[in-house]
Amino acid sequence: MGYVAVKGGGLAIENALKYVERERVKGGSSPIKIEQIGDQLHLAVDRVMGEGSLYAPGLAALAIKQAAGDMLEASFMVRAYRATLPRLGYSLARPTGNLRVIRRISSAFKDIPGGQILGPTSDYSLRLLDFSLKYETEESYREWLRKFTDDAGLTPGEGRLESLPRVMDLLREEGLLEEPVVTPETQQICDVTRDSLEFPAPRSAAMQALARGETGGMLCLAYSNMRGFGSVHPTIGELRVGYLPVEVTNPITGEPYKVGEVKVTEAEIISKGHGGRKGKPKFSMGYGICFGHNETKAISMAVLDRSIQEEEPSAPSESQEFVLQHIDGIESMGFCNHFKLPHYVTFQSGLDRIRKARTIILEKPQDIIKTKEENA
Amino acid sequence: MKPIVQVRDLTRIFGDSCGRCLEHVDETTNICPVCGSVVACGGVSFDLYPDEVLGVVGESGSGKSTLVRLLHFDWEATGGAVYYNLQAAGSYGAVNALELSPFLKRQIRNTSLGIVYQNPQDGLRMNVTAGGNVAERLLTAGWRNVGNMRARSAMLLQRTEIPVSRMDEPPRNFSGGMQQRVQIAKALSNSPAVLLLDEVTTGLDLSVQARVLDLIRSLQRELHVSMIVVSHDLGVIRSLTSRTMVMKHGRIVEAGLTDQILEDPQHRYTQLLVSSQL
Amino acid sequence: MLGEWAAAEKPTGGYNFAYIDEGTKREIRRSILKAIAVPGYQVPFGSREMPIARGWGTGGLQITLSIIGPGDVLKVIDQGCDDSVNAVNIKKFIDRVTGVAMTTETKDATIIQTRHRIPEQPMTDRQVLVLQVPLPEPLRHVEPLEAETRRMHGEGDYGLMWLSLYENIALHGEITIGAGYPLLVNRRYIMSPSPIPRWDCPKLHMAETLCLFGSGRERRIYAVPPHTIVEPLEFEDHRFRVENFESKACSRCGSANETYLDEITDDDGHKFYTCSDTSNCERRCRQ
Repeated sequence: MGYVAVKGGGLAIENALKYVERERVKGGSSPIKIEQIGDQLHLAVDRVMGEGSLYAPGLAALAIKQAAGDMLEASFMVRAYRATLPRLGYSLARPTGNLRVIRRISSAFKDIPGGQILGPTSDYSLRLLDFSLKYETEESYREWLRKFTDDAGLTPGEGRLESLPRVMDLLREEGLLEEPVVTPETQQICDVTRDSLEFPAPRSAAMQALARGETGGMLCLAYSNMRGFGSVHPTIGELRVGYLPVEVTNPITGEPYKVGEVKVTEAEIISKGHGGRKGKPKFSMGYGICFGHNETKAISMAVLDRSIQEEEPSAPSESQEFVLQHIDGIESMGFCNHFKLPHYVTFQSGLDRIRKARTIILEKPQDIIKTKEENA
Repeated sequence: MKPIVQVRDLTRIFGDSCGRCLEHVDETTNICPVCGSVVACGGVSFDLYPDEVLGVVGESGSGKSTLVRLLHFDWEATGGAVYYNLQAAGSYGAVNALELSPFLKRQIRNTSLGIVYQNPQDGLRMNVTAGGNVAERLLTAGWRNVGNMRARSAMLLQRTEIPVSRMDEPPRNFSGGMQQRVQIAKALSNSPAVLLLDEVTTGLDLSVQARVLDLIRSLQRELHVSMIVVSHDLGVIRSLTSRTMVMKHGRIVEAGLTDQILEDPQHRYTQLLVSSQL
Repeated sequence: MLGEWAAAEKPTGGYNFAYIDEGTKREIRRSILKAIAVPGYQVPFGSREMPIARGWGTGGLQITLSIIGPGDVLKVIDQGCDDSVNAVNIKKFIDRVTGVAMTTETKDATIIQTRHRIPEQPMTDRQVLVLQVPLPEPLRHVEPLEAETRRMHGEGDYGLMWLSLYENIALHGEITIGAGYPLLVNRRYIMSPSPIPRWDCPKLHMAETLCLFGSGRERRIYAVPPHTIVEPLEFEDHRFRVENFESKACSRCGSANETYLDEITDDDGHKFYTCSDTSNCERRCRQ
């Protein structure tokens, strides 16, 4: 007769954690500094801040190190940390026209007021593995920076200080862009971190959920729409990357007061007008914004913003409820992995069912009337 | 004899109504010249009596299907009143049913009304067995004995000439005529006082049509259920109904005994209809 | 970058008692009270992220952390077992942020957090049972949209649910639901009891103990207060049936169709059974 060990769960967990740690340190390489992740893996940090929904580059870098590069885990850690922080106040809701731009392009026009500014983008690089990266040193970084600064004749400091006109305003002035629907519902500011989403969700709740959504999931749904399971067919009106000031109300003077700035990526896409609206045809738009430099997510968000406004959804990306329920990385990753937990009690119940079901002989429907007549 | 259904000024407008559309439309058009809204149903009034079959005839766009959808609470009315004087509907006879809560509307629907749509997709759940479709209203009415429900389903399916051996198949595998007959069985499952039939034979082969019409006629004689039969086909109207209303652009232009309307139409439009079909 | 760290580097135990801040606890308690006032109704709440993953018990955990006090005694089980890895992990976390006494004895606990089982020993009115729920919506398999299921609950429009049970019987001869059987609570709301086996469903009916249900990911809390009528959905001629252990017995304590059993196959291919509720099994062995 076998004896089943029912003790030892705690010890097993401790050993598993040690094993995880061992995987990280056994190679003998020198420990990564948090600053190195922040500098050299800065796009990973941006992604984790966006999905963790907390603008804290140092904490995001730490999470990436602790999670050994698992981005879903790292975002989860940041989000869990966020849940411990008290709410000190709210920033003022502001138009984003005064974004301090480092990159700004439009696909809708060849040239735009203020110009097409490529900024730091690898869009046009060749994806050839560069083996020289194996031999970099701190000295080679310093040398490169010195040369760059000398050649460009610049003093260090980023961005253009003047605000650039918005491309979408060009369309608005000509009356080509649909006006947003203004109702108490669309103007209401929700807080998805404090309340459960209800459907149909007000616009602010949908925007918040998308802004903190998981890049891959959002890309998947937006991509399905672009490929034809939906009809957004977007043109990028404007894509901006830069620094947005964060302002609160000064408690003493009552005036807006800048407390810092956050790096964001913002995308505005142009799509066909909503069918059934009266008057001459117009374009409609979709809006996306997220922490850090993450263009894939901002564009996906803008496409999804537009697609979930379809009144009669005919594809998953057009159903507001379908999209918002499935783009949170912390929830989807957690639930997916929870299936690794023991499920033997529920499975036993299923075994019982199927074993019983195999013994059942169904009564033929033709016999029902006969039986009734016999009983009558 | 008291009517079991009284309809007063029933109206349904699609679009952003200017509020005075009814004044601006008449039999010649149902598009309001002021605001562009469509008056699908404009101030319709009539009574339905027990054990009576009432016809509603008109061409497509006349509002006859809208009328039936409004009576079944499928769509919200823009105005008007409907009074259901039915024993099963309880004390709702004095109240405008259109103003009841969704819960109470559903109660009236589940206990007293049955509907058969032109397209079986609208009336049946295609991924549920034929027997399950018939049993659905019984379940919502609180039946809790599977044997009894299956017996009643089997009996109704047999009565509507569906082979009982196919009771546990989903209707998507059935022919068009068979699907219509499943709809009829379903509509009758809770012994409704009022049965609404919306273009039920349109689109079926002529021989199949004849069979369905025969079935409806015999069911009516047997169960004495009141019916409203909507059709553009005067032959259907003639074979089933005793009284008829003619609709055009959302309004009733003529009403009376079916025989009289068909033999001696008074209104110009009715004359046009009759002369073009028969 | 370093400025953020001052706040982050708290010593161990620098968190608020029971981890969650007091404002959030109040919010969750209000949701719990609302759930108790309307038995079986799913109350939406602002679920917070926890240091364990969604799907791994954050709902049950938030309930436990909102009601636990320094004098409580906690038991945590998963699949009925105190020493299962998930139960141990949750206990570790709660210990770290509360220091509360822990037990494996059902009768000694004041709060029992559980995944997928209700303890075999009947509990008292001095105890609270907290169940972890992965999917709170019992109507989800007949209606995928939340907006529609909320309406169905609100209007008591459960026709589709009953229809799915009828279809089960028509096509398979019986209702095929295994665990997580839908229950009608207080003759008003259909509720999912979480994926507990059918064996445990009768324990909810007219119980002495308050049962709380939490789903963190789906953001719902619901409750079955003591002495509430809880009835499994069934037909007169197809009654609710629990799992059958008639020809089986626990190889440790000998329980024969008295407790829910786990089926195990050993290295030699030999099949045997043991009680799922391990602490109850040990108690029986001691007698």
